[in-house]
Amino acid sequence: MIPELGQISLILSLLVAILMASIPLWGAHANNKSLMQTARPLAHAQLFFIVVAFALLTYSFTVHDFSVAYVQKNSNSLLPFAYQISAVWGAHEGSLLLWIMILAIWTSAVAIFSKQLPETVIARVLAVMGMISIGFIAFTLFTSNPFARAFPVAPEGVDLNPLLQDPGLIFHPPLLYTGYVGFAVAFAFAIAALLDGKLDAQWIRWSRPWTNIAWAFLTLGIALGSFWAYYELGWGGWWFWDPVENASFMPWLVGAALIHSQAVTEKRGSFKSWTLLLAIAAFSLSLLGTFLVRSGVLTSVHAFASDPERGLFILSFLIIVVGGSLVLFAVRAPSKDAGQPFTAYSRETLLLLNNLLLTAAAAMVLIGTLFPLLADTLKLGKISVGSPYFGFLFTLLMLPLVMLLPFGPLTRWQSDQASKSVKLLLPWAVLALVAGGISFFFWPGGGIKTVAGVIAAIWILLGTFAFVRTRFKNSGSRFTAEMAGMMSAHLGVGIFFFGVLMTESLSIEKDVAAKPGSNFSLRGYDFRFDGVEKVEGPNYIADRGTVIIKNGDKVIATLHPEKRMYASGGNSMTEAAINSKLHRDLYVALGEPLDDKGSWALRLYVKPFIRFIWLGTLLMAIGGFVVSFDKRFKRRNAAEANP
Amino acid sequence: MNPTRTRRIWFIVLLLVVAAVAGTLITFAMQENMTYLYTPTQVKNKEAPEDANFRLGGVVCEGSIKRTESTLAVSFSVTDRVNQIIVLHEGILPDMFKEGTSIIATGKMQGGKFTANEVLAKHDETYTPKEMQDAMKKAKELQTKSCGAL
Repeated sequence: MIPELGQISLILSLLVAILMASIPLWGAHANNKSLMQTARPLAHAQLFFIVVAFALLTYSFTVHDFSVAYVQKNSNSLLPFAYQISAVWGAHEGSLLLWIMILAIWTSAVAIFSKQLPETVIARVLAVMGMISIGFIAFTLFTSNPFARAFPVAPEGVDLNPLLQDPGLIFHPPLLYTGYVGFAVAFAFAIAALLDGKLDAQWIRWSRPWTNIAWAFLTLGIALGSFWAYYELGWGGWWFWDPVENASFMPWLVGAALIHSQAVTEKRGSFKSWTLLLAIAAFSLSLLGTFLVRSGVLTSVHAFASDPERGLFILSFLIIVVGGSLVLFAVRAPSKDAGQPFTAYSRETLLLLNNLLLTAAAAMVLIGTLFPLLADTLKLGKISVGSPYFGFLFTLLMLPLVMLLPFGPLTRWQSDQASKSVKLLLPWAVLALVAGGISFFFWPGGGIKTVAGVIAAIWILLGTFAFVRTRFKNSGSRFTAEMAGMMSAHLGVGIFFFGVLMTESLSIEKDVAAKPGSNFSLRGYDFRFDGVEKVEGPNYIADRGTVIIKNGDKVIATLHPEKRMYASGGNSMTEAAINSKLHRDLYVALGEPLDDKGSWALRLYVKPFIRFIWLGTLLMAIGGFVVSFDKRFKRRNAAEANP
Repeated sequence: MNPTRTRRIWFIVLLLVVAAVAGTLITFAMQENMTYLYTPTQVKNKEAPEDANFRLGGVVCEGSIKRTESTLAVSFSVTDRVNQIIVLHEGILPDMFKEGTSIIATGKMQGGKFTANEVLAKHDETYTPKEMQDAMKKAKELQTKSCGAL
């Protein structure tokens, strides 16, 4: 009974979405106020029905209702409670339901926090979000129904994929989806603006905080996924340029470009068409990401069973959304992109370069990700594009970005003298180069990458500091939330690149065959392997190794890497053990038994500064959140709504 | 010419230059880092490169996994149920590596054997590349579980 109620609720939400996508839009077209006013209540009604559906599916998981096919496939009576909840979005059907619910939450949030918007705008924005909602709810109901029953009823569930039984994976999908779906808001604003035909800076001011929040969530989601891959996959890597990772990275790059171009358009009126196009692109890439991951055209941990019907559905949806919005853009985009004029050296030019580099990076990732698919379709053979391709091109594109980054905030809008900024930053540049030179001798094994990491980090750090100093000196003006967020995100970029380059250049990775009692030395750390014993967990049995790490005579850590066999069967799972400090991680993972005398294959890693990677991304995300709380967005909006 | 038009022309020139440079670099980087996937039968037929890296895909042959006691060196054969190739690897194998599962190994041929520097295992047969699926379907029709000719 309960699953049927859930399904009915989902069907009702589809009906509401259809109403929301049509009535307010018609109202905006016919200028009928009462029709337009239906948008907000409909948004809330949609959220209500979807939350009910989601709650009922969760309920089915907690009571182990194995008559529901989805529950049976992804749960087990031994599954710990927290994972019963996260199992709801542990596979295809449920994760779509989560996608839909997050979209409904964003839609309701837009309905609530848009009191100052003209009725026609909000009617159109919510209608566009309703259309997206229709696509996804229909997709779920017709191709991937999570409430479908299975007969005969199995007495026991199969179990949640052991890889997903991890705290990191509880939060990774919701954060990521909140980011993906959040770009739907900027997209809906762009479409509404195109429909409206009025492209003043206003719509951008309204959508800016939304874009920033969405981007910040996406940042957190990707960072958490990378962190999870690092400690859970047992390979010690943090980014693999795997197609699925790329799928989330493309909207992130375009989103970062969008944040900057929105700032230009809002403040100077320039780049209007470009900003619209980026808003469309960011969301289209989010959809493409969903398509790549969900259709099964890609093979990875994320790709659940492939199903051509599902792939076809999402592909058609993608074509309608992307094609439709691009046609709309071609017809309605402002022919005269008249903003304030600017000269060759100005903040506008620098932000244009920023956008060029970020979108080029996104294009590079897109080509590398789609080319193998294209080659396969055209029967050119099964090709894989290796990570050196991405690494090489990404470095090439990010190098000028890092070099130019400190100039941006220090340069005036419209027109400035390059010599002035150079003079201001020159001492800091020299300092960064000197620090890089010192680091060459301090970490002799690191080579050019270490030096580059140090220079990049110090250059951005000092450049941001120079901005603060100039700001204080000139009229001692206040720091807005927007500036604070910008500084946090920029510092994050510096710290991130520092972490990446230091880890890449200074890590030591060693696979060893270890007899109990044997010692291995890596960069001054002594790893002693003390054998493996059997231990029992709630729903698994594990081989648990003991590795004692010493630095000289001092014991630094006792690590217990595990190899788990889950009761539900299937493959064994590696649980790495990590001793972590800000400046380095010591990482141990069990491989496999090598003989009957207790010898095991062991992976031993020393990873300097790897924490800086996630620290940097955290600062970027915080920056995104802080910016969106700038008072200016609220105050000016209110002032303009009631002139 | 008026300044707007000059600016626009410069912008277009800049864009073209950037696109050209990007295109060249992408083609270059792609050529350097592309690896093709071959089945054991294709390797037998000398379709795979002789000196360059490529990826070998197939199923781990039943009873073929051999470890050198107490070291990381391991050998096994990969089959498409028609032909098989011996793979040598030194390192830790992934969790999902088992007899009868499909794997993809990256490396090159050396003295008639495939020396792999990376071995990836996939969940189940849904992830097996299409040529392989076809080959294995044929094998199934023949009612064989044999690993094919070495």
